Amino acid sequence: MSLLTLQKLTVARHGRAVLNGIDLTVTGGEFIGLLGPNGAGKTTLLRAALGLLAHGGHSSLAALPAGERARRAAFMAQGRDIAWPLPVERLVALGRTPHGRSPADAPAVERAIAALGLEPLRHRPATELSGGEQARALIARMLAQETPLLVADEPVAGLDPAAQIKVMQVFAGIAGQGRAVLASLHDLGMAARHCTRLILMDGGRIAADGPPEQVLHAGNLARVFGITAWFAATPQGPVFQPLDILTKELP
Amino acid sequence: MSQRLLLGALSALVLALFAGSVLIGPAGLGPRDEVPALFGRGDDLIAMVMQEIRLPRAILGVLLGASLGLAGAAIQGFLRNPLAEPGLIGTSASAALGAVLAIQTGLAAAMPLGLPLAALAGALVSVLLILLLAGSRGGALPLILAGIAISALAGAATSLVLNLSPNPFAANEIIFWMMGSLADRSMLHVWMTLPFFALGAGLLLACGRGLDALTLGEDTAASMGLRMGRLRLALVIGVAALVGSATAVAGAVGFVGLVVPHLLRRAVGASPSRLLPASALGGAAVVLAADIAVRMLAPGRDLKLGVLTALVGAPFFLHLIWRTRGDGA
Repeated sequence: MSLLTLQKLTVARHGRAVLNGIDLTVTGGEFIGLLGPNGAGKTTLLRAALGLLAHGGHSSLAALPAGERARRAAFMAQGRDIAWPLPVERLVALGRTPHGRSPADAPAVERAIAALGLEPLRHRPATELSGGEQARALIARMLAQETPLLVADEPVAGLDPAAQIKVMQVFAGIAGQGRAVLASLHDLGMAARHCTRLILMDGGRIAADGPPEQVLHAGNLARVFGITAWFAATPQGPVFQPLDILTKELP
Repeated sequence: MSQRLLLGALSALVLALFAGSVLIGPAGLGPRDEVPALFGRGDDLIAMVMQEIRLPRAILGVLLGASLGLAGAAIQGFLRNPLAEPGLIGTSASAALGAVLAIQTGLAAAMPLGLPLAALAGALVSVLLILLLAGSRGGALPLILAGIAISALAGAATSLVLNLSPNPFAANEIIFWMMGSLADRSMLHVWMTLPFFALGAGLLLACGRGLDALTLGEDTAASMGLRMGRLRLALVIGVAALVGSATAVAGAVGFVGLVVPHLLRRAVGASPSRLLPASALGGAAVVLAADIAVRMLAPGRDLKLGVLTALVGAPFFLHLIWRTRGDGA
């Protein structure tokens, strides 16, 4: 089942196309890693797809009324704003906002707290946590929304290795339930190991789209990132390691 | 402390202070005369004092305090900034300008509600201006900038009126009015304020869930179904109705809208929606207490309410800043 369809999605800023005719379909069961260098348009794509940004073309989610959209897709923004010292459990419970008040709220919040291992922190004011702990609380908030599609902008940036793996496994598990996750990522190794599909962006366009071993081949890496890398299927699963910078102009 | 317990305790405090405000005054009567007189029994003169001087003053104390506390909590929640105060969107400065013009032109003396009605007109103009200036799309920043510009303009116009005032008595009256007071108000003022209070309180209390969602930023809140444009409209109209009517009846009473939400934030677990009713009750308690204090501290001198709230509020605010500095925040 398609959870998100983008047709010729375009965003222009000051007359320059930041996003240029994106076509994309996200179906249940997929954990999609959105890759690309800084400024490739990853954040713009995610925000426009959710209708948070004025855009041209069509997004199936942006076309929905705000309340309905919030029950179909949850979003974790790149900026990790927490304005007030809310206790962690109440911050996670904010994810239930689109559902009104329902008896499903408390169990959903508990599941989200358990999934991210936040039990020891649940009564602590969220603003007093470390950056990584705050990110985990915000991911739990997104999980508590219990939507078919999760959209996350650099969810694992700043997390310790164990927490990164944990989050990637949680996302893969969600895809395993027939839901879907669309997350922008900078860690290509993590993406190669956990995602079912990768989308490589460059200059506001999709440069490659497919399973990890197909997208992360040497030609794409050289053209988009200007790097070389080592990528192999091992008995421990796919392993990807960036090696060197190709273009000598870069410092 | 649970939310219900907190609201119960604050309500009890407001009730006690309301009773105190009704029973304390320069006439030096005892509660045995005062309580029956409140219901029109006993001596006619005492009944008049109770029903037409003390009662409206106490009711206005509640309305003024609740307005400032609620508006302060709402605007801090919306702007996600604990230093925001209800005057920020320019309503109080514009209402004050309306009032000043009414005093200067003699409108205030010509009809009983001339001054508050002119102040309300000033507030309305500021709301229309801010909606025009800040545009229809959500964001908080254009709202702050437009509010600062409107405040500055209204403040300059008020200064101009004072500057060019040919009549020293009018200038004197303007200055005293601007200090803020609840003395010598009537039930007419209460009836005039009530509809604005109901409108503003209704709009702002309904913003609670939206303000909670906004804790996580505008994008995340929007992704959870919040319509920023609508929230901002409700907030501007709600704050303006409360602050405009409060300024119209009482003049400028500062620091209540800034300090009260601060005081109660920890008690409500920092939740913006829970802070709204708590801050309304807290504001009512503070203004009632301050209004009792001005009568007891200097009975014959007509100490102004706004002077006292600023005098107590500012050092208290400094103390709060001192404390948060210790938290490293």
